[in-house]
Amino acid sequence: MATLTMSRPPFGGFSFENCKRNATLEGETSKLGFSLPAARKTGTTICGVVFKDGVVLGADTRATEGMVVADKNCSKIHYISPNIYCCGAGTAADTEMTTQIISSNLELHSLSTGRLPRVATANRMLKQMLFRYQGYIGAALVLGGVDCNGPHLYSIYPHGSTDKLPYVTMGSGSLAAMAVFEDRYKPNMEEEEAKRLVRDAIAAGIFNDLGSGSNIDLCVITKGNVDYIRPHDEANKKGVRLNELEALQLTGDYKYKRGTTAVLTKAISPLDLEVVEESVQTMDTS
Amino acid sequence: MISAQAFGDPGKMKDYHYTGPVEHRFSPYAYNGGTVLAVAGDDFAIVASDTRLSEGYSIHSRDSPKCYKLTDTTVLGCSGFHGDCLTLTKIIDARLKMYKHSNNKTMTSGAIAAMLSTILYSRRFFPYYVYNIIGGLDEEGKGAVYSFDPVGSYQRDTYKAGGSASAMLQPLLDNQIGFKNMEGVQHVPLTQEKAVQLVKDVFISAAERDVYTGDALRVCIITKEGLKEQTVPLRKD
Repeated sequence: MATLTMSRPPFGGFSFENCKRNATLEGETSKLGFSLPAARKTGTTICGVVFKDGVVLGADTRATEGMVVADKNCSKIHYISPNIYCCGAGTAADTEMTTQIISSNLELHSLSTGRLPRVATANRMLKQMLFRYQGYIGAALVLGGVDCNGPHLYSIYPHGSTDKLPYVTMGSGSLAAMAVFEDRYKPNMEEEEAKRLVRDAIAAGIFNDLGSGSNIDLCVITKGNVDYIRPHDEANKKGVRLNELEALQLTGDYKYKRGTTAVLTKAISPLDLEVVEESVQTMDTS
Repeated sequence: MISAQAFGDPGKMKDYHYTGPVEHRFSPYAYNGGTVLAVAGDDFAIVASDTRLSEGYSIHSRDSPKCYKLTDTTVLGCSGFHGDCLTLTKIIDARLKMYKHSNNKTMTSGAIAAMLSTILYSRRFFPYYVYNIIGGLDEEGKGAVYSFDPVGSYQRDTYKAGGSASAMLQPLLDNQIGFKNMEGVQHVPLTQEKAVQLVKDVFISAAERDVYTGDALRVCIITKEGLKEQTVPLRKD
């Protein structure tokens, strides 16, 4: 079978050929008056904190497309390995695919070493991938877990830099959440105190940042146990009247009567089915 | 977006050079969000707005209603750039006073609408960045709604939504009040209770999906008895 070979010998370093193509495409479509579809960003608040026995990760659940809410209850805490979880902010597809790729590679690595994966390994794999793409993968991550060396928490930026810290926040609501952390963080907290702190930090993001909203998801990782609490707190319910004195009829009735939607044509074609086999399976109703 | 010119042959970076003075544009406008809605009935009118004032991803205020009382029978709802909303309402208040002093009577809703149109068009080439909706009672006592664009084009409607969530609310109103896309339904005239309930429900839905709408809803109900106001809490996230 003939193979196509490049006439140029391979250069070292990065190849930016697609950047030229993307810039040309963007120029061409804007001349026609269209814009390339924008990737959906999550406009998020995510955070993590190290406490006495492990780490607590928290996230809100709103996904936005521009300034319209696309998903009111999306899941932003992703599974990496049984002892490591990762919150993702930025472009939704990027955080989803990046964490899945690293989770898959980490599982293979863990089978090869025969050991439970370490958080530092996941961190190294994520940062090397994000740096390779020079920031074009818009994933800002909060990585946390417990391994043989204890609890660890990292924040990972889209260009590939990482910070290893006792408490981190990312996303559009990160300033609101960090304000809560800087006020109330203490080293070696108890689990309940750490959960309250993370819940309050995410709540600050939810109520003060327009890009974050809906519910609060929590993930508590300790040695040998993971509590994935979704939702931990339903901070906002639709149309709940806070005044109990008002009538119980919360909202009007908008059901349509049958026939409200016009039926233009109706065509019924019966399907000829023949019974091939009839079997009875008893249910265990004891 | 990195421009195509920055990359020459693959593997080689172009020489960096200083391009000279760079122009930074100052924008005289800001977008402060907010949604306004007005409905006209047989003998009443309702003007409702949310009370959130935002800019970018932040909230300036959770209690900044966008309904402004002009007379006993007319309320103006304006959303868009808050600076222009404030100046516009100041100008309208002054013009109402001037009219009252020279003509010895209060301006009617139709007259206020016509005047607002001329005020907006006088700034045709540096517009007031405001989406206006006037709700009130006309000279016969029937409900009237007038909707405007930023440069003064206006028309009388039965119902209109304006502002950030207007695209979400208007189709719902077209269906429930205008009975569009429905067959075999009786066109019953809208009662005041049903209209108020509809307005509240429609804003609860808008607050779900529009980030700029939320916090609280201010409903102003205009009847020949006068003006009544209700405040209903909405989602705060």
